[in-house]
Amino acid sequence: MAVINDMIPDFELYQPESLDGALEVLDRHRDSAWVLAGGMDTFDWFKDRVKRPEAVVDLGAIPELSGISETDGGVEIGAMTPLTAVVDNELIRERYGILAEAAETVATPQIRNQGTLGGNLVQDTRCWYYRAGWPCYRAGGNICYADTPESMNREHCIFDASRCVAVTPSDTAPALIVLDAEMVIRGRRGERTVAAEDFFVGPAIDITRMTVLQPNEVLQSVRIPDTWAGADFYFEKVRDRNAWDFPLVNVASAMRIEDGAVQDCRLSVGAVSPVPLRMERCEELLRGQTISEDIATRIAELGVIGAKPLRHNGYKVPLMRNLIRRAIRGQAPV
Amino acid sequence: MAKTLVGTDYAPPDLIEKITGRAKYAEDWRAEGMLFAKQLLSPMPHARVRNIDASAALAMEGVEAVLTADDLAEYMGEAGPLDERSLTNHPKYEGEPVLAVAAVTEKIAADAIEKIKVDFEPLPFALDPLDSIAPGGANSLPDGNSIIRRRTDTGMETVVERVEWTAEDLATARGSNGEKGRMPEGVFQDEWTNGDLEKGFADADYIIDEPLFFQSVTHHPMEPRSCMAHWDGDTCHLYPSTQSVAFTLLAGQGTVGVPPQNLIVHAEYTGGGFGSKIVGTSNMAVPVYLAKKTGKPVMHRVTRYEENYIGRARPGFQGWARIGFKNDGRISAFDWAVIQDNGPYGRQSDMGTSGNMVSLTYQPESMRHRGLSIATNTPPRAPQRAPGGVQMSAMVEPLLDRAADHLGIDRLTIRQINIAKNGAKFGEAEGRNVTTAYVTEAWDRLAEMVDWEDARARSGQMNGSKVTGVGIASSTYTAGSSGFDGLMLITPEGRLEIHTGIGNLGTHSFSDTARVAADLLDVPWEKVDMVWGDTGKGVPHTCVQAGSQTTHAITRATHAAATDMKTKLQELAAQVHGGSASQYVVAGERVYRRGNRAAGLSLAQAAQKAVEMGGRYDGTELNEGLSPITLGGAAVLKGKGLLAAAKDNYGRAGDVYSWVVAYAEIELDKETGVIELTDYKAVTDCGTVLNPRSLGGQLHGGAVQGFGCAVGQKWVYDPQWGIPFANRFYTARPATILDVPLEMEWDAVNMPDPNNPVGSKGIGEPPMGAGCAALLCAIQDALGQDTVAYLPLMTDHIINQLEGREQDSEFLAAHT
Repeated sequence: MAVINDMIPDFELYQPESLDGALEVLDRHRDSAWVLAGGMDTFDWFKDRVKRPEAVVDLGAIPELSGISETDGGVEIGAMTPLTAVVDNELIRERYGILAEAAETVATPQIRNQGTLGGNLVQDTRCWYYRAGWPCYRAGGNICYADTPESMNREHCIFDASRCVAVTPSDTAPALIVLDAEMVIRGRRGERTVAAEDFFVGPAIDITRMTVLQPNEVLQSVRIPDTWAGADFYFEKVRDRNAWDFPLVNVASAMRIEDGAVQDCRLSVGAVSPVPLRMERCEELLRGQTISEDIATRIAELGVIGAKPLRHNGYKVPLMRNLIRRAIRGQAPV
Repeated sequence: MAKTLVGTDYAPPDLIEKITGRAKYAEDWRAEGMLFAKQLLSPMPHARVRNIDASAALAMEGVEAVLTADDLAEYMGEAGPLDERSLTNHPKYEGEPVLAVAAVTEKIAADAIEKIKVDFEPLPFALDPLDSIAPGGANSLPDGNSIIRRRTDTGMETVVERVEWTAEDLATARGSNGEKGRMPEGVFQDEWTNGDLEKGFADADYIIDEPLFFQSVTHHPMEPRSCMAHWDGDTCHLYPSTQSVAFTLLAGQGTVGVPPQNLIVHAEYTGGGFGSKIVGTSNMAVPVYLAKKTGKPVMHRVTRYEENYIGRARPGFQGWARIGFKNDGRISAFDWAVIQDNGPYGRQSDMGTSGNMVSLTYQPESMRHRGLSIATNTPPRAPQRAPGGVQMSAMVEPLLDRAADHLGIDRLTIRQINIAKNGAKFGEAEGRNVTTAYVTEAWDRLAEMVDWEDARARSGQMNGSKVTGVGIASSTYTAGSSGFDGLMLITPEGRLEIHTGIGNLGTHSFSDTARVAADLLDVPWEKVDMVWGDTGKGVPHTCVQAGSQTTHAITRATHAAATDMKTKLQELAAQVHGGSASQYVVAGERVYRRGNRAAGLSLAQAAQKAVEMGGRYDGTELNEGLSPITLGGAAVLKGKGLLAAAKDNYGRAGDVYSWVVAYAEIELDKETGVIELTDYKAVTDCGTVLNPRSLGGQLHGGAVQGFGCAVGQKWVYDPQWGIPFANRFYTARPATILDVPLEMEWDAVNMPDPNNPVGSKGIGEPPMGAGCAALLCAIQDALGQDTVAYLPLMTDHIINQLEGREQDSEFLAAHT
């Protein structure tokens, strides 16, 4: 646990001007390096000295990581693009409005100015035991402090616990999953792309990471195809207050409706599992259906089957169910 | 009638400094060679320090000193076992400071802290009062779980005792077998009864018997309690974050072991306190004695994380209310019992005050108050904005709505039926009375503002999945003390210089109260200079800037001093121009013979004459009855102009209380539990309005603090380890600007209180309880009348209630 708080220790700061330069530093330092984007996740860790990397690689001076550009098949957003720029971008608002909407619910206007899209996706979990430096499984220990009979786990997961019960805190991740986005990852050996829904890693696969990123890799950009451009979108985030709060549960959906029936759809829920969940079973059941309150309710009920709440987060089950229901029926009146 | 400064909006004298960033708060001070301090905090909720090895830290380059509790004992004398000091060898909560390091940079100090080895012996701890008083429950202190003050042959003493309830009483209190808790008998420490309670319940047609929960909540002022200190010989210069400048000086012997004559307090600006910085802060001795030890100035910057620990908190209540109503809505019996989560030090007054607030607010025909204070291993408590009053309003106001609905009485009407009026009696044996209470007028105005008939009709309306809820509530609290001094000077340049020893918390009362003098002496505000925030520049004995005392107390003291000034001006003019003093008027920056403006003196001439004459005019001789602090302040100003210093000897027929009545309207989404506050309006009775714009800020600002308390702020602890998690702004979740309507309205009945020369009463306290309770009533209105009386009503609670799910935490469990 932290012995001293709010005082960043010494580290070597690298501010490369190219991605290759950044990757070279990361490759050299491997596990002792830290990638700094907007700093909104980073500085809490540093101030409490829970994470003490030797080398910090600031991506802020790398032009190729920033910006939003239209591509043949959609749009590509640099990982270092501030969330505010994502919110304000006309192309995104017009064609992929769900992403702008999700990004606008992140934290506060000030944090959105500084925080980046990549940072919002890659950020570590907000489990307060873990972030306070308790030696839990995720931190390399041999216990989960959030999963004992007395633990305070109101914000933790109801699905996919595997030693760790922390959840993904990202608001943009579910939106990008329903948009069928690809994460473009750069390492020394080149570029690889991973589907948004496969980008996130649960504790059953690797308990020390939240994403597939290796220590010597950087999230370069997010590519959104035109598959879901202009679809019927729905995003909602439930939180305890309207600013500077992580989701208790968030939900995102995209639908193509023809002749009153759902031709295709995607649905994702965040903050209920260590990774943002793609609700494929719900999607399958929804395809071909005419949206009605009854259909929305029945599919939503199925969506929460298998939930295993902890002592203090049973409320997440009906909340998730209701949010799925709302995401299916969209803005239709009750 | 000529327009007066009192009652008029204005730009306060600190405005430019604040908006340009030039204002210096405690953390902004710098001095040549200044060192920085960092603290080592206890990692355990209750422990004893067996050994400290600071050798590795002291060997570091740049580390200048380590300060421990033993050092403080040497400087300040041994602390009593129940006294709170800046540092301790017996930490009683996780996060309590154990030692401090001074180094040339803050980072070196932090690095040094990491090298210090402290051997802690863990001790049993208690977080939840009800758990502690259970048979065999853990004690929070070595000898028990309750701190009590008792009278002995030689005076008062503070001791610890063990309080334990029977399993049966606890089962009644908590509820069992699916039944909710009811009024327990148990062991209480405070108890008084007014009237015949048994008869009151026998007369009742409807009885409510409910358990209630109000959680502890951290003060979290915007400015953490940083502090700088340096020594000049035997004189200590202290730069704290404090609510009260003169009283920080006066309390210096107790807080930092430095008597007033050896202490100079510099504190022009304070970023809020809400009761947590009344006479300075608990960490002040750290820079004071590190500076003493090193011979250099020392700055102790306090972070938000540390503020959570040493920044004080409002005591939580585990309570029960049994209320008997007659068919006409009158409360015939009110049985009130609370267990106070006291923290590890002192004995908080909240529980006692809450009983008085029940008695005053609802004027029950009979009443019993009982209170029990249980110490816990959680951060120290202190008064927070209407201590005891907020808890009471938030817990009881929703019950009034339930009774009103059951009895078929309008919710506003039931409040009017049980209302306090001018001179209302209250408290134990109803031994106290208020001066004024224009609550009826406030309710009438609010009903008009919100169009109460129309608002009631909106209750329960559905908009998609959202239901509208409306709530009203009242809150009252003390609003003024008396008996302090005023001090002012007219300079040879003809300017009126008003000195004050109250703090500048951003409420503007430090200058609002001065406008009374400008009015009385007919000096334009542009010719008034405020001197505040530095005891070295001469301050009078002024009240603590707490408990909403200032507006009432300091308008009185200022009026007394201004009257003294006026008399002296008249005397001086008579001596120069002949005739009697009573023939002279003070107006238009002159003192002149009535009907002949030429026969007189300008204020500048009067000040020059005063300096020539000396004696009682330039401060050489002073009025009797002034406090030593005022005498010291006047000594600083002696010979610099025409000096006036006077004690407030005005009479007062009772206790001064202000009131706020409020309306909240929400939309509650029944599928997500999300609450949107769509409207908030408040009306106050705070006597004559001094500064309308600032009053609006208080009414709405206090309400926003109450909203956070009602639905957002939860002091979460891991019960197994005794460690809190809601220790930063984003985990503590106070309400933000995005959680309130863009436009909120307010009004004041503006009826003068005859016990004040300008009719004013304070207003800082009651807005919070009114905001908190009105929002809770609106939530209850939206959810249905079986809503649990529990704070904070967060999203999980609301969803569980909507879904008919059992709550995830036991109802009366603290910090979970």
